[in-house]
Amino acid sequence: MTNNQAEKKTGLSAPRNIATLLSVLVPGLGQLYNRRLLKGFILLIVSISFLVTTWDYIDIGIWGLFTLGTIPREHHSIQLLLQGLISLIVLFFGICIYAYNILDARKDAKTREEGKPIPTLLEGISNFYDRGFPYFLILPGLVMLLFIVVLPLLFMLALAFTDYNQYNSPPRNLLSWVGFANFTDLINIDIWKNTFLSVFTWTIVWTVVATTLQIILGFFLALLVNDKRIKFKRTIRTVLILPWAVPAFVSILIFSALFNPTFGAINRDILSHFEIMIPWLSDPFWAKIALIMIQTWLGFPFIFALFTGVLQSVPADMYEAADVDGGTRWQKLRLITIPHVLFATAPLLIMQYAGNFNNFNIIYLFNEGNPAVRGQNAGGTDILISWVYKLTFETNNYNMAAAITIIMGLIVMGFAFFQFRRTAAFKDEGERY
Amino acid sequence: MNRKTKSKIEVTLIYLFFLIMFIIIGYPLFWAIMMSVNPGTNMLVTDLFPSNPTLEHYIWLFTDPRSDYLLWYKNSLIVAILNSLGSVIITSLIAYAFSRYKFIGRKYGLYLFLLLQMFPALMGMVAIYILLNTIGLTDSLWGLLLVYLGGQIPFNAWLVKGYFDTIPKELDEAAKIDGAGHLKVFWTIMLPLAKPILAVVALFNFMAPFMDFLLPRIVLTSPENYTLALGLYSFINDQFSTNFTRFAAGAILIAIPIALVFLLLQRYLISGLTSGATKG
Repeated sequence: MTNNQAEKKTGLSAPRNIATLLSVLVPGLGQLYNRRLLKGFILLIVSISFLVTTWDYIDIGIWGLFTLGTIPREHHSIQLLLQGLISLIVLFFGICIYAYNILDARKDAKTREEGKPIPTLLEGISNFYDRGFPYFLILPGLVMLLFIVVLPLLFMLALAFTDYNQYNSPPRNLLSWVGFANFTDLINIDIWKNTFLSVFTWTIVWTVVATTLQIILGFFLALLVNDKRIKFKRTIRTVLILPWAVPAFVSILIFSALFNPTFGAINRDILSHFEIMIPWLSDPFWAKIALIMIQTWLGFPFIFALFTGVLQSVPADMYEAADVDGGTRWQKLRLITIPHVLFATAPLLIMQYAGNFNNFNIIYLFNEGNPAVRGQNAGGTDILISWVYKLTFETNNYNMAAAITIIMGLIVMGFAFFQFRRTAAFKDEGERY
Repeated sequence: MNRKTKSKIEVTLIYLFFLIMFIIIGYPLFWAIMMSVNPGTNMLVTDLFPSNPTLEHYIWLFTDPRSDYLLWYKNSLIVAILNSLGSVIITSLIAYAFSRYKFIGRKYGLYLFLLLQMFPALMGMVAIYILLNTIGLTDSLWGLLLVYLGGQIPFNAWLVKGYFDTIPKELDEAAKIDGAGHLKVFWTIMLPLAKPILAVVALFNFMAPFMDFLLPRIVLTSPENYTLALGLYSFINDQFSTNFTRFAAGAILIAIPIALVFLLLQRYLISGLTSGATKG
């Protein structure tokens, strides 16, 4: 009987709609209406305390986010900006609780309409524990992630649209939003344009050449070690992995000394036999060559180790079939080995390219991005990220650094896009659940 | 006959190539070791084979009152141990949730992780510095630790989640039927089975504070808070040519233990990486 009655009621007077509406008006009220007293009170208390504790903070934060302060020396634009961004995150959590409250009220009302009994207090708690469990698991990590990784990225994003630099910095001055002015400056003002173009092209060349060399050398060595006629495989592998095992900053600094033109061993002990002196650190071209060689040295062991593992998983019968068909060694390599290996490792290889694109350590530790180049404000071997570092910490051009960071971010998203498409883990997402 | 000799020539060439590679790999490392036993600090008079090798730089690091080397070692060790423990706890919880539960935001969370692991921490460095400043954690090992713990999440959560996915779901379902709760399944089934990947995560995060240079450089300012990488860099940063021998000695003392651990565990490292990323 009650069932039929409930079904007849539609429109606003249906219990589900009443409960939803009540929860929209006051969080927790819908639950109280559903006779879920404890849940209702908890939600009510949580939302009230949320509003009481955060209202002022969020209010100022959002105001600050729009205006960046109005009184110089009293309002600190950067702190206001940060507060505004934190407010957004807190607000997001608040909205999540609010949305949960509405959906929950509606769902409970529905089950009540269907005439199912109200769960007891204990059942309710255990239900909540069951369904809330994954959220408890990710909450600590999520909070850290939001504040340590996401918030700083948002902050940089925001900075790119302000006029924050060494001449215009709080608390003395107020910042203001300048739209895309920093980006147009990057294209229109000569020194920025020249620097950006040369740094950008070198970054691309660096990423492509260094990473590809790394992959080719690693692949070639993995093929050789995998050869059946080779003995002492374990020893050879261990030695080949050595550059990966030594901390990179140590090896880079060692190389930096090795390439030093006055006392470095490369010029003094090796090249002097051939009567050659190469200005490794002071000539941009040779510095770039040195960097690419060092990165190949540093990076090939990872690829080598990776490919060694994958090569052993290539099915032997494929090679046997190729032998029967009279395939040459080159054909087997091109048609069986390479596709198999590339397919299995593509995501990690893309990560290698992305990693070198942002390889700050080697550029900075080798030569601090030097030598200086006339007519631009970045060094001859600076890649985008080391240029950003210099702009930020040496010349305090925060706005331009942020603008360049955004351009880098877009490129990185390009890498990520390929990654998404290739990552096998997503393919079976649908089947798993 | 002809074929046999051809094969022999090939094998010889391969070994020859390995030999060249060994020299290229070994030479810089060997050179650094030799530099560290050169007496004095003047690089212009150093020799690859010094006529009077000495351990004076090693002794200086440990005994000289002006040397902060042991302090740096302690700092790095504290950060490394806490970072390794903390990251294993945080990431395994997250990975468990993402691997075994269905919840709102799961899919976007995974996308977020994948995207964020490509953005180096440097991109948000200014904000990290200001944030740490507002909570009073600049020039503090705790601040450094906090940034490490947060920054490692995207990559490692993804790695561990990939590994958890390979553990059959039937196992925990069976345990649940037998009455095990969420935490019990996690503690008694998932964690023991995922030991290899957790070891990888622990190792990575243990080594990071020893190897990372950039973040300590931004966060830490006073020499008594330096980590090893930063401290060693300070040897050669100011007067490059005069302190390289001392740097070499200090660097070798870090590189050897790390390299040893690394070589011992490399098999797990590689299988962990590939099983997480190349599944399917």
